[in-house]
Amino acid sequence: MTIKLPIYLDYQSTSPVDPRVADAVYKSMQEDFGNPHSRTHSFGWNAEEKVEIARKQIADLINADPKEIFFTSGATESNNIAIKGVANFYKNSGKNHIITVATEHKCVLNSVRDLEQEGFTTSFLGVNKNGLIDLNQLESLITDKTSLVSVMAINNEIGVIQPLKEIGQLCRKFGVFFHSDCAQAFGKIALDVNDLNLDLMSISGHKIYAPKGIGAIFVRRKPRVRIKPLFSGGGQERGIRCGTVPTSLALGLGLASEIAKNEMTKDHQHIKKLSDKFLKEILKLSHIYLNGDEVNRYCGNLNLSFAGIEGESLIMAIKDLGVSSGSACTSASLEPSYVLHALGVDEDLAHTSIRFGIGRFTTEEEIDYAINLINQKVNRLREMSPLWEMIQEGIDLKSIKWKTH
Amino acid sequence: MAYSKKVEEYYENNSNIGSFAKGEKNIGTGLVGAPACGDVMKLQIKVDLQNNTIIDAKFKTFGCGSAIASSSLITEWIKGKNLDDAYKISNLQIAEELSLPPVKIHCSVLAEEAIKSAIEDFKEKQKTINN
Repeated sequence: MTIKLPIYLDYQSTSPVDPRVADAVYKSMQEDFGNPHSRTHSFGWNAEEKVEIARKQIADLINADPKEIFFTSGATESNNIAIKGVANFYKNSGKNHIITVATEHKCVLNSVRDLEQEGFTTSFLGVNKNGLIDLNQLESLITDKTSLVSVMAINNEIGVIQPLKEIGQLCRKFGVFFHSDCAQAFGKIALDVNDLNLDLMSISGHKIYAPKGIGAIFVRRKPRVRIKPLFSGGGQERGIRCGTVPTSLALGLGLASEIAKNEMTKDHQHIKKLSDKFLKEILKLSHIYLNGDEVNRYCGNLNLSFAGIEGESLIMAIKDLGVSSGSACTSASLEPSYVLHALGVDEDLAHTSIRFGIGRFTTEEEIDYAINLINQKVNRLREMSPLWEMIQEGIDLKSIKWKTH
Repeated sequence: MAYSKKVEEYYENNSNIGSFAKGEKNIGTGLVGAPACGDVMKLQIKVDLQNNTIIDAKFKTFGCGSAIASSSLITEWIKGKNLDDAYKISNLQIAEELSLPPVKIHCSVLAEEAIKSAIEDFKEKQKTINN
């Protein structure tokens, strides 16, 4: 069997649209053009019906009430609404403290930093070497001024799963709202907002085979979470997110959620099988390190450090594979990943990291091809690496006095 | 970021990858950069002791594609040059030849340092031997 190159292994950054979803969205774009907020004709009523079906499909996946789901443009917007919305609503009652984690997505970190600029008190909780938070540390940060704790479910860079249930219990005990950025987790692992005591959840469409440009936020009704909206407008989505809901995109997210619910076990088995095979074969090369906890992780995200090989040069060598550098060296910044830094990964190893993302449409043939290619290229790059030469000679890289710039 | 054709060419060119025995008296070794910065270059030159001309050069590089290409390029350039001329190679020439974008200029700076460092190491070695 011939395989099509390049092979997509970057499912954390985005996912291809499921053909079933794409067909439905395309059909809807032709049939459901009415404004779902129009009350005066059947065009509007029809569109509204489609939006409400989608809302229920999303709610069903996380055991929420459809009235608790609001459409947004994606998880970045949902995270902004949750964090700034809660912080600003409750500041008048004297609560001005927000807690989050150092390894969160930039949109969470920067939302909290924005609040810091506006005078809020903030805490950025560190993580253990395995990427997970320490619950005692979290508890020690909570004060009677804390309004919100924001902790992501699955980390986008390293795939570790934070202990949401325990965090939820802690937040409930202290009467603090609990928000989770579930962009990487929604539709991938079982999430029950009641079991986890979640008050707010951010949801992304394009990570679960729906189109880009649509997401949602779950906002709990009982006990009620109040939010100061970011947008002023016509009061759509109960005022939480004004602006016309894009009917067809919402329908796509709804259908993608339903598919994810029905096929979660199947998807998981498929991804786990490929991920286990990939990891087992790649670890046969020596000096390869899996970043993040080995057990509490989502199997579709493998962040590996290849000692002696700079990540970007490996990405260049395996250009048949669409992967992403754990380090941000491919972007304009030359800093290695802040997430790996927070884990305490040595800086030289942080520069050697690559994230491999496996998803619903990855095939075993693609994984075999990837394993083979990586094997060849790792050996070539190590042969040309002065650091690998030193590692082989038993020289401790830390013992050398490097001339840093 | 897409790489320039020249970077790809030199990156793929394996001919000068390798090491000379460090202890040999006609070998100069430069090791520049730092693992924590994401770039380390080792450049070695083999010098004809009669006329101070570089007769061979080898490199090993830990770094991005541009860093590897920069070191590969300089090994080509310095072969056949005498030490003084090789010492004069500037990072701008390297950056221009490879069409490096601004964010990759440090790779060419490192390559220039590697040449200078290897030549200095060679000269240092000759002094010790002569004494």
